[in-house]
Amino acid sequence: MHMGNWQEHRRYTNFKELQMKIMVGYKRVVDYNVRIQVKPDGSGVVTDGVKLSANPFDDIALEEALRLREKGVADEVIVVAIGPADLTAHLRNGLAMGANRAIHVVTTDAVQPLTAARVFLKLVEKEQPGLVILGKQAIDDDANQTGQMLAALWDRPQATFAGKVEIADGKATVTREVDAGLEVIEAELPAVITTDLRLNEPRFIKLPDIMKAKAKPIDTIEFASLGVEAHDHLKTTHYAPPAKRSKGVMVKDAAELVAALKQKGLL
Amino acid sequence: MSKILIIAEHLGGKLNSATARAVSAAIAVKPETIDVLVLSDAPDAIAAEAARIEGVSKVLTVGRAENAHPLAAVLAPQIAKAAAGYSHVFAPSTTFGKDLAPRVAALLGVAQVSDVMNVEASHTFKRPIYAGNAIITVEANPAHTVVATIRTASWPAAATGAGSAPIEPLSIEATLPNHTRFVELQQGSSDRPDLQSASKVVSGGRGVGSKENFDIIYTFADKIGAAVGASRAAVDAGYCPNEMQVGQTGKIIAPELYMAIGISGAIQHLTGIKDAGTIVAINKDGEAPIFEVADFGLVGDLFKLIPELEQAL
Repeated sequence: MHMGNWQEHRRYTNFKELQMKIMVGYKRVVDYNVRIQVKPDGSGVVTDGVKLSANPFDDIALEEALRLREKGVADEVIVVAIGPADLTAHLRNGLAMGANRAIHVVTTDAVQPLTAARVFLKLVEKEQPGLVILGKQAIDDDANQTGQMLAALWDRPQATFAGKVEIADGKATVTREVDAGLEVIEAELPAVITTDLRLNEPRFIKLPDIMKAKAKPIDTIEFASLGVEAHDHLKTTHYAPPAKRSKGVMVKDAAELVAALKQKGLL
Repeated sequence: MSKILIIAEHLGGKLNSATARAVSAAIAVKPETIDVLVLSDAPDAIAAEAARIEGVSKVLTVGRAENAHPLAAVLAPQIAKAAAGYSHVFAPSTTFGKDLAPRVAALLGVAQVSDVMNVEASHTFKRPIYAGNAIITVEANPAHTVVATIRTASWPAAATGAGSAPIEPLSIEATLPNHTRFVELQQGSSDRPDLQSASKVVSGGRGVGSKENFDIIYTFADKIGAAVGASRAAVDAGYCPNEMQVGQTGKIIAPELYMAIGISGAIQHLTGIKDAGTIVAINKDGEAPIFEVADFGLVGDLFKLIPELEQAL
């Protein structure tokens, strides 16, 4: 069904130019420089008053979408965030970076990956993007799931952990950073791509762009209006700090180190 | 009682040892059965390896030409079908498992538990968040299939050798998509041990200074039979390829011996090594954070100390 829509969309544009939308997930998380503290009662981590920023992998996703638009592969970049009302300022950053418009799905509840994927599916059905680019993981829950789940629900290709993306002839050729090395796959569009760290280096936001972003539209959609179940799929019952490694001993020279490792049977 | 299906990871006709680590996590659930599913174009040799892992009840094989390469879009519909009757589906938390498991979970309409580091009960697990700076206890819905990836560094490989599980071909009715195609795998050619599973790892950081200087790390690693890793700073500086990166954004490893050379010890690097048996740090800056976690620390110039180490071996 989606494929049909896509082909229709292409026919409509008469194959002259690929008029493509790119949808980008743009999650707000605790800034990567913040030292995470677990609350003493184990009920969560301290987030009050800490700096919040865009998920670094999502900045990379947005940067890649903007570069594809600049290459003429796409004509519109839409940033999407799911969360509370005060996400507007965060979405303005995405618009200042260069997105054409934003969609804000409003909810005060924490959203787990399966729910996020279902929300994205609703937006994808409405917007019919040729490409959805998400970060491979958010640096708060480190789940690494939403892109894969969206691709499954949408029944479209996924190219995760992308280190290089090329779009041509209705398909994406993606170099993926896998444990064994670099894997190259081809994915017919529409498709979902998740970004790895080395895909690109996101641009800095310039002051005039912040001014321009104020005029760009942010669509607000109430989570409840999407008809997606909101319940938690996984219940988090306790938070704990990680076990600490104890500090060891300093050795004075190479000979002492080798002797110590030999004694432990490691050399 | 729990019945667990483990998705075998393999490459070039060989079983990846991450599979045996997932078996260890499955044993911790105390299930009735642990079956291993091998999806490949030529599953027989891989299945024979899996059958020798202790604790495995049965090995199921799906041999199809489409399974020649690990494309999640192709494998996931088959696994979702094969999952019928199982309470848990486990895959290793490698790039293979991370790519695949969420797609399986979504097809089943269930959540996925990422990076299981401890099994508390059949549906209760511990996993890291915030780059390992917090550990959460999560409860999965007992009415749903548990789909989980197993954090390989947290689990020893289940012993291989004594097992002799039966191997059965499984026929799965599933229409497979052709919208995703494998083109190629570019592997760094190396005779060194595999970084993810090596018992000894020597890593170099920004302190090594250049791509050429990294030879000193390779030579030393070869002398002690170690795999070679690198910090993100070294990878970003172009000293070595990304597949060598150890840390939150690279590989999470747990060798018996880890030697960090010229690595300051950023949190994102420490996340990747904190399950190592013994950590050795060599750095010219005695205040470097790596010394806070090292079992043995040695302050000095690595270009002077490494030859001395080689001599002392």
